Amino acid sequence: MSDTSQGTGGLTFDKSKRSWPSEMNVLLALVIIIVIFEFLGQVLPYMNDQSFLFDTRDRFDSIFNEARVRIIILQVAIIGIIALGVSQVIITAGIDLSSGPLVAATAMIAMSFGQTELVNGYANPKALFGTWAMDLPVVIPIVIGLSFGALIGAINGTFIAHFKIPPFIATLGMFLICRGIALWWSAGNPISFPTPQYKAIGSGMMPVVWFLSLAVIFHLIMRYTVYGKHTYAIGSNEEAARMSGINVKRHKIMVYMIAAMLAAFAGVVLSAKASTAQAGMGEFYELFAIAMAVIGGISLTGGRGSIIGTVLGAMVLGVIRSGFTYIKLDGSYQLIAMGGIIIAAVILDQYRQRNKA
Amino acid sequence: MSEELVLKTVDLTKHYGGVHALQGANFELNKGEHVAIMGDNGAGKSTFVRQITGVEQRTRGTVIFDGQEVDFKGPIEARESGIEAVFQTLALADHLDVPDNLFLGREKTKWDWLGPFRLLDYKAMRKDTMAALEKTGVKIPNIHNTIEKMSGGQRQCVAIARTASFHSKLTIMDEPTAALGVQETEQVENIIRQLKEQGEPLILVSHNMRQVFDLVDRIVVFRRGRIVANLLKIETDGQDVVAYITGAKTGAEYEGAA
Repeated sequence: MSDTSQGTGGLTFDKSKRSWPSEMNVLLALVIIIVIFEFLGQVLPYMNDQSFLFDTRDRFDSIFNEARVRIIILQVAIIGIIALGVSQVIITAGIDLSSGPLVAATAMIAMSFGQTELVNGYANPKALFGTWAMDLPVVIPIVIGLSFGALIGAINGTFIAHFKIPPFIATLGMFLICRGIALWWSAGNPISFPTPQYKAIGSGMMPVVWFLSLAVIFHLIMRYTVYGKHTYAIGSNEEAARMSGINVKRHKIMVYMIAAMLAAFAGVVLSAKASTAQAGMGEFYELFAIAMAVIGGISLTGGRGSIIGTVLGAMVLGVIRSGFTYIKLDGSYQLIAMGGIIIAAVILDQYRQRNKA
Repeated sequence: MSEELVLKTVDLTKHYGGVHALQGANFELNKGEHVAIMGDNGAGKSTFVRQITGVEQRTRGTVIFDGQEVDFKGPIEARESGIEAVFQTLALADHLDVPDNLFLGREKTKWDWLGPFRLLDYKAMRKDTMAALEKTGVKIPNIHNTIEKMSGGQRQCVAIARTASFHSKLTIMDEPTAALGVQETEQVENIIRQLKEQGEPLILVSHNMRQVFDLVDRIVVFRRGRIVANLLKIETDGQDVVAYITGAKTGAEYEGAA
């Protein structure tokens, strides 16, 4: 209060006063978790002094155990693509539960237009459509997949923005609808044998390339464009955003469309990587994507967080998953640990908000 | 006289379901004039303001602004025609900083061909923010602090700087000093005096009798959704106004209204 009565202009811009970005907390957590696994690797009797992330073999061309680093990122890349979209939804104070089943539905739909006619000289045994849908240019299944995603996102957004249905309920409904579509599309049969071009979308490290490039693009969008600013504004104070003349309804629909298109793209990449599309794909993906965002510091009450945070949150989940495999503990412990970390992240976030208020 | 009118409402009425929040309000505002709207809680003051600014759609009635009959679909239309408003519930986004809030909904941009993904011109907005704060005498230590870290007074100052920094044909302030300390109230009142000097018309919704008599030319009293008095400041006093507010008195031309 006293500040307002001091100084000539009173307008000092003090860089040192800028607050500690919340992404740093996530980075710190990531480092601590890595250190813990390194430590466990050294002390656990059955580990043979292996390092978790560092290269301990007699090679001098690398510091890190590249194979493990790659696996860590590769494991989270596809869900990470979904997390980029759900982050934007959560920043508007919404939620999107439909992304996991949307991955499956899009995988089925896209791959049915990305199949190859002949497999080892024989007709494709998993062909869904006739020869007209075989060996199409790869852009066709991608466009069809993304269009399907855009449609689902537009429906989500319309129900939420125009009919005032809570995002949790609207996207829960869409969750079931998309799983239903995935099963109905080929009557439950898997769709396999894509064209080489289709396969290339998800081969090798391509999922990581997609994830990181999309992360950079959406980081820039959220930080430097009107779209990003309005997304934060709506999550921060929807009433203020509306009174400021932002078309909140249209903007929300756009956010849900972008989120769904990212999930749809993840579905294309996943089916390409697996060379098959199955109706059960993407189970729990929506929840892991939300977890990445939340661990990354995106507040469920909206207005707070960043794409960088989400990428770091994805890395935290990847490191935990890989670390548990490294110390040879099975999946049940992984889930318990991840659950604990998600809850801890939310507690931390609330603590941070209380301190600011 | 009529070409001097900035705003005129005829039979402006708003019903919320069965609640008649505003009934048949006939209101006039002249160029350069500062008018206070007074009245008890629930008298219809804020409802009146919300109809003029397009935040809500009126049930019935006509609004003539700047010589033309207007029908604002939303606050952006009202603002584009030149009505700036500071609302009782501050229309600020807590997680954004001062320039972001000042320019919310009308950002300065580059590369507009990118549509919704056009780039924000942070540099220009920061410069204009500094100028706007300087012009209004508002002092904020660090404009890159988010609003949530600011005191109530600083928030109010940001909201008012936002209103005053854009050249407008009509400024509306809904209880701008309700939550402020003495010094901050003074700052806000200085901004209002500046607007008066610049000849910019103002509608001030206030409960503060001292402030109203200090700042405005004319006082319009609302009671139970109706206008019950229209008093020139020089022809009235505090007791008189209170009598109208409480319903002890009703203006001759509004007889039978309340």
